[in-house]
Amino acid sequence: MPPEPSLLRRAASLLLALAFITGVFIFAFSTIGYRWNWPGVWAYRGLFVRGWLVTVVLSGISLVTSTIIGILLALLRRTPFLPLRYLSRIYVETIRGTPLLVQLLIFFYVVATAFGIENRYVVGVLTLSVFSGAYISEVIRAGIESVGKSQLDSARAIGLTTVQTYRYVIFPQAIRQILPPLAGQFASLIKDSSLLSIIGINEFALNAQNVSSYTYSNFESYLPLALGYLLLTLPISLWTQSLERRNRFET
Amino acid sequence: MRLELANITKSFGAHRVLDDISLCLDSLHAFVLIGPSGGGKSTLLRILAGLECPDSGSVAIDGAALPRDEESLRQYRRGIGTVFQAYNLFPHLDALANIMLPLEKVHGLPRPEARARALETLQRFQLEPHAHKKPGQLSGGQKQRVAIARAVAIKPRLLLFDEPTSALDPEMTAEVLEMIEELKREGRDLILVTHEMAFARVAADQVAFLAEGKILECAPPEEIFTTPHSDPCRRFLGKILRY
Repeated sequence: MPPEPSLLRRAASLLLALAFITGVFIFAFSTIGYRWNWPGVWAYRGLFVRGWLVTVVLSGISLVTSTIIGILLALLRRTPFLPLRYLSRIYVETIRGTPLLVQLLIFFYVVATAFGIENRYVVGVLTLSVFSGAYISEVIRAGIESVGKSQLDSARAIGLTTVQTYRYVIFPQAIRQILPPLAGQFASLIKDSSLLSIIGINEFALNAQNVSSYTYSNFESYLPLALGYLLLTLPISLWTQSLERRNRFET
Repeated sequence: MRLELANITKSFGAHRVLDDISLCLDSLHAFVLIGPSGGGKSTLLRILAGLECPDSGSVAIDGAALPRDEESLRQYRRGIGTVFQAYNLFPHLDALANIMLPLEKVHGLPRPEARARALETLQRFQLEPHAHKKPGQLSGGQKQRVAIARAVAIKPRLLLFDEPTSALDPEMTAEVLEMIEELKREGRDLILVTHEMAFARVAADQVAFLAEGKILECAPPEEIFTTPHSDPCRRFLGKILRY
């Protein structure tokens, strides 16, 4: 790794990079001669805030449930009982191989109706968790498999039970492999929640879309939308990077 | 210790690693297994460590047969200290925590006691300065000595070593062998797979020569090293002792 540059140098470099990106955008918008209409959109700021909060809550719950689903599926993949292993495999392959849009429609019109789930928010969270859980399970499985056989030997030799082996030997080592792709998956989940608009959930994206059609101001509606998602995904990314640093050790 | 092996067979796929091994040794304190690579030494040691089950046959230590189901085997392994060639320390834990983990989680010692016992063990082997280093910061010899300390700290009734010095340079090898000899002197029973013939000669009270899944010879070291009976053993020793 190259040596850490000084704080001043880092700040200046960051500003330079930001200035470059801003410059590109300003150039693009001025070239197409776009006429901004912020006051029209500002009138609907309440809708943005409410939509954003709905997205935060839906994503937050889905994040937790999809992680639980992911861990369960990853553990199922390692059970000695073959039918459960196949079940987990089929689940993961099917969910990962089909569009979220289709799953959402099937869940909403078929599964939810069949099981009498009437609240569309519940259906939304459920679908999102089922979808993201499949990806998370693969991330976790890869992390678990990165822990070598010699470690398992050692854990058995000192007399740890299977549960203890996961708790004290496998997970603490796997987490290092798991965190970076997991953060990516969390960010995807937050962005994917925008698809919930098609089953009529008033989340951030749907509200922005509505504002856009009320005001005929597309960019003024969608730029805050992008910023709102960035506000959620950026902290996750930074948080994982700090976790990664803390969990670093040589093998 | 009394060690009895009766008709032990173990195959991995089509390969028969141990082929009908039988042996009975009384008042055994330091047992050394030698032989060419792939001859079945490590597999036999893993069976004694309770990490593998033989396909057929039985093992008994001091008259008690080794169990076959995983739960009883786990109970058995709690009383055995096993040291591997590749150290197998937990890389995310420092030396102290590596030793504390089995004491606390397997043997149920309260945390302060586990800590005290682990520190005491590190001190005994002059490893105290490394207590808060993770395995990645230790040399090979230090890693292996911490691994041995971890195996000793639980006060096992038997210590098993699977080629503990094969990955070490001569100086570190000497450090580790010294530690093993010290353990032997204080009266711990140990079984060792090794290629260090000079060490086997001074430390062992019985040496077994394994090749192609069979014990071809088993005798006190003076006998096996001066007058080997079987041809494979003679060839093996001739080759290995030439340089």
